[in-house]
Amino acid sequence: MAAVDADSLRGPGLLERLRPGRTARRLMRNRAFVLGAILLTVVAVVTLLAPWISPSDPNRMAVRFRFREPSWEYPFGTDNLGRNMVSRVLWGGRLSLEIGLWVVMLNAVFGVMLGAVSGYFRRLDGLLMRVADALMAFPSVLLAIGIAAALGPSVTTVVIALAVVYIPRTARVLRASVLVVRELDYVQAARACGASDLRILLRHVLPNCMAPLIVQLSFVFAYAVLSEAVLSFLGLGAPPTTPSWGILIAEGRSYIREATWLTAIPGAAIAVTVLGLNLLGDGLRDVLDPRLKVDAR
Amino acid sequence: MARYTLKRLLQMIPLLLLVSLISFGLIKLVPGDPAVVMGGSNATPAEIEVIRRNLGLDQPLWQQLLSFYANLARGDLGRSLLLGQPVMEALVERTPVTLWISLYSLILTVVVGLVTGIVAALRHNTWVDQAVSILALIGVSLPNFWLGLMMIVLFSVWLGWLPTGGYVAPSTSLVGFLQTATMPALSLALLQIGLLTRITRSTMLDVLGQDYIRTARAKGLPETVVVLKHALANVMIPVVTVIGLILSVLLSGSVIIETIFSVPGIGSLLGNAILRRDYPMIQGGLLFVAAALMLLNIVVDVLYGVFDPRVRVDGRG
Amino acid sequence: MSAPLLTVTDLTVAFRSDEGMVTAVDRVSFAVAPGEVLGIVGESGSGKSVSALAVMGLLDKAASRVSGEILFEGENLLALSEKRMRTIRGRRIGMIFQEPMTSLNPVFSIGDQIVETIVHHERLGRQAARERAVAMLDKVGIPSARRRLDDYPHQLSGGMRQRVMIAMALACSPKLLLADEPTTALDVTIQAQLLDLLRDLQAELGMAVVVITHNMGVIAEFADRVSVFYAGRVAETAPAEALFDRPSHPYTRGLLASTPEMAEETDRLRTIPGTLPSLAKPPPGCRFAPRCDWAVALCDARRPPLEMVGEGHASACLRAAEVAGGTVA
Repeated sequence: MAAVDADSLRGPGLLERLRPGRTARRLMRNRAFVLGAILLTVVAVVTLLAPWISPSDPNRMAVRFRFREPSWEYPFGTDNLGRNMVSRVLWGGRLSLEIGLWVVMLNAVFGVMLGAVSGYFRRLDGLLMRVADALMAFPSVLLAIGIAAALGPSVTTVVIALAVVYIPRTARVLRASVLVVRELDYVQAARACGASDLRILLRHVLPNCMAPLIVQLSFVFAYAVLSEAVLSFLGLGAPPTTPSWGILIAEGRSYIREATWLTAIPGAAIAVTVLGLNLLGDGLRDVLDPRLKVDAR
Repeated sequence: MARYTLKRLLQMIPLLLLVSLISFGLIKLVPGDPAVVMGGSNATPAEIEVIRRNLGLDQPLWQQLLSFYANLARGDLGRSLLLGQPVMEALVERTPVTLWISLYSLILTVVVGLVTGIVAALRHNTWVDQAVSILALIGVSLPNFWLGLMMIVLFSVWLGWLPTGGYVAPSTSLVGFLQTATMPALSLALLQIGLLTRITRSTMLDVLGQDYIRTARAKGLPETVVVLKHALANVMIPVVTVIGLILSVLLSGSVIIETIFSVPGIGSLLGNAILRRDYPMIQGGLLFVAAALMLLNIVVDVLYGVFDPRVRVDGRG
Repeated sequence: MSAPLLTVTDLTVAFRSDEGMVTAVDRVSFAVAPGEVLGIVGESGSGKSVSALAVMGLLDKAASRVSGEILFEGENLLALSEKRMRTIRGRRIGMIFQEPMTSLNPVFSIGDQIVETIVHHERLGRQAARERAVAMLDKVGIPSARRRLDDYPHQLSGGMRQRVMIAMALACSPKLLLADEPTTALDVTIQAQLLDLLRDLQAELGMAVVVITHNMGVIAEFADRVSVFYAGRVAETAPAEALFDRPSHPYTRGLLASTPEMAEETDRLRTIPGTLPSLAKPPPGCRFAPRCDWAVALCDARRPPLEMVGEGHASACLRAAEVAGGTVA
């Protein structure tokens, strides 16, 4: 009997399959996505270029120029040691975004693995989901604080703590889509044709779960940037010599009466970044995962 | 209803066991010797030995776990290194503070979130809707502790309206409570308000498109009755379900917000414990908050039945 | 014949859409006499439900534009204020919908929902309103009505819910009932029961009914007069008997031929080829022309007027007489 190519049985998924051209066109028409993308691009470019566009070394002190208010010369002012806040905010953004990206990547890898194993193979489902429930029973930031407090302050600590907190949530999202997709006709058809589990999972199931995953990851990125600031503010993150936005806020807090900008500007930087990520996530959700969108006249 | 509540309480037990295991495991994450870390750099070997003995770290793991659960069964979460006080006692002492502020914050969230969400939905596709949506989005994007700091600058430093911190219990003075608790409650609430506004708005839009709303209009009911009775009763159902989530985020935020506003609640207790590496307090506090949250979630689930006859009448769930 | 209760003249409804304004109902006219049952038949998208919602004033004002005239007991409903309109909805005109499963509010008991209508429209105490509600539930054939009053919609079957909808619509004894596909969503056996109920209630209460359906069987059982809608226009209007005897529009013929129990002459069930035209870009002349076996060049040129072909019988077909004669083109 001739082997039937399982791919020819691929039907339209319940979830939008990522079709690059079409999806890109629809994203470009989505105002939230475009605005979010613009904000993020700006933030990403200036922080990436920090080593080249920073007016000075972020840690260079100039005691004569302490507490300069924002001006043409010092757009973000200077701090208690006369350090240029433009440089510190740009470098701080590098670290904040880097931590966010690591958390997103760990979420993508482990969230997909655990979600797929749990949703597709079902063997470990009960155990994995109970553990996820237990981790999710803690208020998220509180658990991250606890883990970070145990591990001791460092950048790696923050990444691990935030990954542990958000991976169960990502895994749950992925598991839910896998559970839907694995029952679809074309997946059943592929199974009937004798395709191996791994092949079905990689070629048929996971590609159809990408949309909710991408949406989820964009929100994880936003939460990670916010939570990183909290952990750093509490002194659980990077050492003060490598500023992140949270650390800048913590440092500025001591001088908040006299030099409000030291606190205000890094916080605004966080807000702009998270706003961009949220807009991006909203746009992606509207376009990629329309089932989640409530639209009524 | 009682049966359902009991069932939910029983279901909580295995989860609680896992949750307590996680909080027990936390101390195992400490790199190196936890006793050395806790003792700090000035501790003598003898002092470190005392800490180790007190925490039972000199015993084999299985024995540590056994005594952890034995103590837990008696409501004993260990003794705080910092305060020298039983962890449970310290937590219970400070619970009312955090509860009052959380309640205040929750009320702010639900009232403001519901009203703005409903107004936005009723003015769908107008500038009001857009403005609310944008503000809600900004609300969920602001770091709450930063917002708290900015409020201190505005309302305490510049305007001098409110004290920068401290706490007065509502039983002592309601005015004092409002003066001290408003900024913490507001900075905790803002993110939730954004969240709830978004949920309320989209749910309301969904509900307004439902057939039963058309039926209510076809009966000749005034629009106010259609919206405030027929639509709102249905909007409340998903709103009640997110209250559990809101409480979770409120408790999460309390660590940093209570620290900033020097509020003597569970949050600042934990914040201090973290700074000083008071592991028994961190462990116990986390477990305490998680357990409290689980209980609150059961309360929310039972409340759910009040709003949804499909759950109430059949007693399903 | 007595003066009509409801006269709809040149009703036009346009909706805003991505493709610009779409005319869903295009200069439609029909009339209902007191105590008469008018059947409106057509496929989904033919504008029959939209017309009924326009009569009730329930179309979204922001998204639609309504023009023409809707005279009900001498008042032009389109000119009434929203406040005045509310005294007509639910009291003088009742309406029931296609989806009994979703048309009742899930969080209120059925008693509440009926009582609410009565209390709102009539100066009546809650207790008296409850008594009326029990009587109404009894009348629509809900067993042990008093006990059922505090039930929630999810505790009732679809057929029962539709009975509740009818009880609610009739609670204030309206002169006119608009029934939009009242039986479509129900099982076949339940459909027949509900149709019997509606017919009995109509006879008993002497109200006029507009029944909207895509089912010729419903028309045959229930309607005195029939208007056939096609793509937002009236294709044919006639007393029920005349319509079945001498269908004078090719679309009506097609509908009858595709209805199992009507298509006796042929042993094969026919379907009408093609689909409804796009209402955003409708064909220039007769909208049925692209699907019509009888179409001639002139059909594409202009809209065929609705012309009398018999006693109270009009057809919007240029070849109505030939179509009625039944000779295939």
